[in-house]
Amino acid sequence: MSDEKYVFRPERKRFLAITAIIGVVLVVIGILTTSSGGGHAEEEHSLVNAMSESLLASVEKDVALVAESTEGEGHGSETWLKRLFANLWMNNVYFTGLAIIGLCFVAIQYAASAGWSAGLKRIPLSMASWLPIAFVLMIVVWLVGNHDIFHWTHTDLYAAEGGDEILKGKQAFFYWPLEGTSGMPVFFVIRMVVFFGLWYLFFTWIKREMLAEDLDGKTSHWFKLRKLSAIFLVIFAVSSSVSAWDWVMSIDPHWFSTMFGWYVFASWWVSGLALITYSVARLKERGYLSVINANHLHDLGKFVFAFSIFWTYIWFSQFLLIYYANIPEETVYFVERMTTAPYSWVFYVNLLMNFALPFLLFMTRDSKRHISMLKLVCPLVLIGHWFDFYMMVNPGIMQENGGIGFMEIGMTLVYGSAFVYIMLNSLSKMPLVAKNHPMLQESLHHHI
Amino acid sequence: MSSVTSPVRTPLVTSGKSIHDVTEDICRQVEGKPTRSWMMGMAISLTALALGAYATFVLLWEGIGVWGLNKTVGWAWDITNFVWWVGIGHAGTLISAILLLFRQKWRMSINRAAEAMTIFAVICAAMFPLFHMGRLWLGFYWALPLPNTFGSLWVNFNSPLLWDVFAISTYFTVSLVFWYIGLIPDFATIRDRAKNKISQAVYGALSFGWTGGAKAWMRYESVALILAGLATPLVLSVHTIVSFDFATSVIPGWHTTIFPPYFVAGAIFSGFAMVLTLMIVTRAMFKLEDYITIGHIELMNIVIIITGSIVGIAYITELFIAWYSGVQAEQYAFLNRVSGPYWWAYWTMMTCNVISPQLFWVKKIRTSIVATFILSIIVNIGMWFERFVIIVTSLHRDYLPSSWAMFFPTKYDVGVYLFSFGFFFTAFLLFSKFFPVINIAEVKSIIKTDSEKL
Repeated sequence: MSDEKYVFRPERKRFLAITAIIGVVLVVIGILTTSSGGGHAEEEHSLVNAMSESLLASVEKDVALVAESTEGEGHGSETWLKRLFANLWMNNVYFTGLAIIGLCFVAIQYAASAGWSAGLKRIPLSMASWLPIAFVLMIVVWLVGNHDIFHWTHTDLYAAEGGDEILKGKQAFFYWPLEGTSGMPVFFVIRMVVFFGLWYLFFTWIKREMLAEDLDGKTSHWFKLRKLSAIFLVIFAVSSSVSAWDWVMSIDPHWFSTMFGWYVFASWWVSGLALITYSVARLKERGYLSVINANHLHDLGKFVFAFSIFWTYIWFSQFLLIYYANIPEETVYFVERMTTAPYSWVFYVNLLMNFALPFLLFMTRDSKRHISMLKLVCPLVLIGHWFDFYMMVNPGIMQENGGIGFMEIGMTLVYGSAFVYIMLNSLSKMPLVAKNHPMLQESLHHHI
Repeated sequence: MSSVTSPVRTPLVTSGKSIHDVTEDICRQVEGKPTRSWMMGMAISLTALALGAYATFVLLWEGIGVWGLNKTVGWAWDITNFVWWVGIGHAGTLISAILLLFRQKWRMSINRAAEAMTIFAVICAAMFPLFHMGRLWLGFYWALPLPNTFGSLWVNFNSPLLWDVFAISTYFTVSLVFWYIGLIPDFATIRDRAKNKISQAVYGALSFGWTGGAKAWMRYESVALILAGLATPLVLSVHTIVSFDFATSVIPGWHTTIFPPYFVAGAIFSGFAMVLTLMIVTRAMFKLEDYITIGHIELMNIVIIITGSIVGIAYITELFIAWYSGVQAEQYAFLNRVSGPYWWAYWTMMTCNVISPQLFWVKKIRTSIVATFILSIIVNIGMWFERFVIIVTSLHRDYLPSSWAMFFPTKYDVGVYLFSFGFFFTAFLLFSKFFPVINIAEVKSIIKTDSEKL
């Protein structure tokens, strides 16, 4: 078999660059419109305060705290800047997820000795090339915007008098070995560095081994990859949950849910699957990937279908248990999202796009075997889970001042085009198909 | 299914069996006289069943006061045993449904026995809530939504205990149909080989007039796929709803959102452990080492590592979030689990479920039959303690310290548990003697695709 290579054409690069520029322009328009329309937020203050008072009536101190934070005294930037940080952070989390799920998918294929996917593993592998950039963005945005994104970073909360008793209880999770008053969340930052470091290290090892197999064709690479993959999956099982607590759950610093780590994973995983499926379908459509046929697309489609249901299962379990127990400290999370003006529509769109649509559209066998249908449903799932991450990140930062407008759309275009650029660029630098993969014959004869 | 197999795969059936060998090897114990080891096993099971039947009779005659329950711990061994047995009842359908959807061919040697195990385990599980009703004969009125004209009030549709009734009865029905349909072609094989009139009549009736025509096989395969698709959400739903029994409450230690997937993982974990215990005995008893190979045992052990580690992550998540939440009641509940009067139960659970399965990372251990057998039993001990820890440690510290209590089992708690064991093993031994323990028809489809034959 000849070496098939993906050609990253200049017009494709130009298209991505123009998309990114349009994104930047939209972000600027968004900033201008947000910073000039500041009066709107004031009206809703009394409403939000009334809501938080009724929710937290039993805890007087908390009412004072919530009132203080919504007024934005002492800390908190201008609304537009806060919103910019919120956008940067949610895209960081979302695209980091797509990148690491690429590696996770590859690792699962090796660890499970899967044969059917032998011809398409380079696509998820290339997604993980985003990891170093994701790390830099994560660190930079965190350094610049942490006071706006994470309420718990304010040192006055840990003051002996008048601090936040709940946050004082959990300061060790962020600040260990220091105290919250130091303002240096050592443990939190170390975790971020270590997780990205380990993920990148395993990405490099796995990629090196995969490409070495192309040259000498020894099956020993496959056995080594299976081992590396198993170790990576163990690390990822722990780090994915902890990073979900760190980067997402701690935005709402009083709220907690034991399901949250797996919830974020489920959302990352199904969006990653949708991107893999979409990319494979598009490459196939453009005449690449001669080793891939409708059977492989069908399997990928089944993954997106099944894990859309799985995500819904996790979503519903978390929601139902909090709803049913009706403990105010926990229900406040859903009250803020489900019944608060800027977010309630997103709450329902999230379920529509991530459950109802993929469930119905991917129900039949044929829909998973035709590129045209895959090209419709996979972007729906990707956009749907963008909404899901929006709901996890932005309401906690923006409270009643949030929304989806030019800034959100523009920022996502910038991140999306950068991600795709890095992914395709990395894909163009390696053979598209692992010609010496020991499972390639199985994959070629795959028929379902 | 693809007929090409990669050279890195090891064969699923060893010793180069032919299609005829498969029929002979598996029908042997159905057609032959019961072996000595089988008779011994049956004697032990029947003794347990008889002893347990006495305890169960006393329970039904005297009422549930003979158990060690008190006003604080109103649920203990009964619900622990219920959850434990339901959990074991998960592996069968997981192996047949989810592994079928994932095209894991190694499941073919073990799915029949695992499905049978599922059915018996679910029956064992269902006993406990029925016994706990006190008046078993009124169970139908209390558990099923029969209209008021029958003289009782409607059941409480808001209660997860009622959802359990629907979930488990649906799961049981689908599992039974799935298992039985798989058996039909094999019953027909035994019917066709039968020498005496009684066997011919019995297996003839059981095989529903199977002809073995192409059309029949086509329908058989599509039914298997449809039932697999139905059974997969059911596997998740059953233990999800069992977890709701606890998690929908506001009791510290019970109200935690991770319960549904964590209970499902734990169920698969204990179910696979029980499959291993049974299969290691069965393969030795009926000389099936070429069908249930070390490779099968190793793969099942890997499933044990994965699910055991998922359960471990869930334990640690619960502990961490209890601390992180800052909710005093939650923090106390978990501190009490770890270091309270039931610390020994907690650490038994941790050792058996999280630490000991990690031994399977060593290839020598996961390919050793003795080690696997011991660890599979340890895992099930651990999983029993997991439910005991969740249930009793959360209940025994009531909201009022004056109501704090301990739970001490009576001989009737033990006796009824023994009854379920007696029933389970009696049923399983009867199954393994009179039904083909391995799916003859399916195993025949994999002996030719092994890499050795290419």
